[in-house]
Amino acid sequence: MVTRDQIVAWLKTVAQVLEENKDYLTQLDAAIGDADHGINMDRGFKKVMSQLPGVEDKDIGSILKTTGMALISSVGGAGGPLYGTLFMRAGMAVDGKYELTDEDLAALLQAAVDGVVQRGRAQLGDKTMVDALTPATEAFKQAIGEGADTIEALRRAVDAAEQGMKDTIPMLAKKGRASYLGERSIGHQDPGATSSYLILKALLDVISQPQ
Amino acid sequence: MKKLINTPESFVKESLEGMAAAHPDMIKIHLDPNFVYRADAPVQGKVAIISGGGSGHEPMHVGFVGMGMLDAACPGEVFTSPTPDQMLEAAKVVQGGAGVLYIVKNYSGDVMNFEMAADLARTEGIQVANILIDDDVAVKDSLYTQGRRGVGTTVLAEKICGAAAERGYDLKKVADLCRRVNINGRSMGMALTSCIVPAKGTPTFDLAEDEMEIGIGIHGEPGRERMKLKPADEITEMLALSIIEDPAYTRIVREWDDEKGEWVDVELVDPPFQPGDKVLAFVNSMGGTPVAELYVVYRKLAEICEKKGLQIVRSLVGAYITSLEMQGCSITLLKMDDEMLELWDAPVKTPGLRWGV
Repeated sequence: MVTRDQIVAWLKTVAQVLEENKDYLTQLDAAIGDADHGINMDRGFKKVMSQLPGVEDKDIGSILKTTGMALISSVGGAGGPLYGTLFMRAGMAVDGKYELTDEDLAALLQAAVDGVVQRGRAQLGDKTMVDALTPATEAFKQAIGEGADTIEALRRAVDAAEQGMKDTIPMLAKKGRASYLGERSIGHQDPGATSSYLILKALLDVISQPQ
Repeated sequence: MKKLINTPESFVKESLEGMAAAHPDMIKIHLDPNFVYRADAPVQGKVAIISGGGSGHEPMHVGFVGMGMLDAACPGEVFTSPTPDQMLEAAKVVQGGAGVLYIVKNYSGDVMNFEMAADLARTEGIQVANILIDDDVAVKDSLYTQGRRGVGTTVLAEKICGAAAERGYDLKKVADLCRRVNINGRSMGMALTSCIVPAKGTPTFDLAEDEMEIGIGIHGEPGRERMKLKPADEITEMLALSIIEDPAYTRIVREWDDEKGEWVDVELVDPPFQPGDKVLAFVNSMGGTPVAELYVVYRKLAEICEKKGLQIVRSLVGAYITSLEMQGCSITLLKMDDEMLELWDAPVKTPGLRWGV
């Protein structure tokens, strides 16, 4: 079970984590992209933080949709539409809910990943955020199917995301600006997969804390 | 980092404010969301042409707003696509009842943000067409990449389509023309130095004193090949031949189908250049290369075109689509027909391009 307060705490943690990792993500992006991912995500979640006080007493769906809209209008690049769509779809999947069962969380993750795939038209293995998000969602669904509790299922999801993120290192980029590098994109970790991992890990960290 | 800025955070906004102060007869600016628009907008009954992209490429796009070119331009952060709320607000302000053409450079961020903006504008009852510019021959395949990037041809498409809209072409005709300009234009660029994104403060890539990067994009992203620096004639030959000898290029792009009411995949083919073609030759500075060096490049380019049987009917030489302070250049060749020639020559009055008025 995940409560609304935990979702709010998660978004605040994400903002903090992205600020701490701003330079790291930007460095990863400089190697194969255009050196702005960390800067953009930090700016986006600062906008989310400015809007959160107005919605934090609402349902989880509204909070996540507001997060999505804030990202769409502030991140820019590919990250804006992709993360914006991710949070919008996540919010739509849990509309009106004030707490999430494991099944709700699975539906939320699946809707979020589907939104990203649809918007960016990326496949697994293209060296994008999909490479972290898809294995994480699969791992979460499998874990709850096997009877794991929320924390354990999320831990497996985060492990899968981390592995997925590391797996992008030897991949040849097929989407986004990194694709222009061809063979030279090999050997670098994808910044989008990295931010996706950090965002999921922040959720695990918040849920693992005693309430 | 040595730059004429106050702070990296205020750079884009202060630059826009300066533009508005310098050219009140041509443009106005709107802040939060940011866009530059024609001082006399909306022009009733005219198709509105809107473009946009990351900042750092000036004068493109904000410097091309004005009579005979763009109705509005949406600048993002440096090298970062603008956001859909900018494009939507710009469309609402400049549309004159005849629809809006979004001219979009083929970068994943720009494409996605402009698609979202078009979807939003249509829910507000505004007719919108998105046409992609993807002319960079440095990108060889489209199957395993985002496809060719939008570079120099963008400037030419904005001028030609702007003139067409001014003459009263309807949205479909302007969109068809834009697509035709795109498939007939090809470009390739190179860098002698990297550039520094203000918010980052250090060069985007390292290039040794005796090295150059061939096939760069316009965002400080590395190119396809790094090699030892060569004389201008050899560099020009590399770029020009890559363009002139480029075979037919086929790719799938996503366009809005008004009848079906959905995004559809459209196959486009760029025809290769043929001896006897009339072309516009465009030699562009990446920002840090002086005009005198561009003419050294143009000199060799004219010689190569003549040898290849291409007749240069118009030229454009200068800094029009830049990558901050990067040294380097790009070459664009656009195959011209009579209609495009007439529209190219039509009057234009913008901060970055002005003639016939």
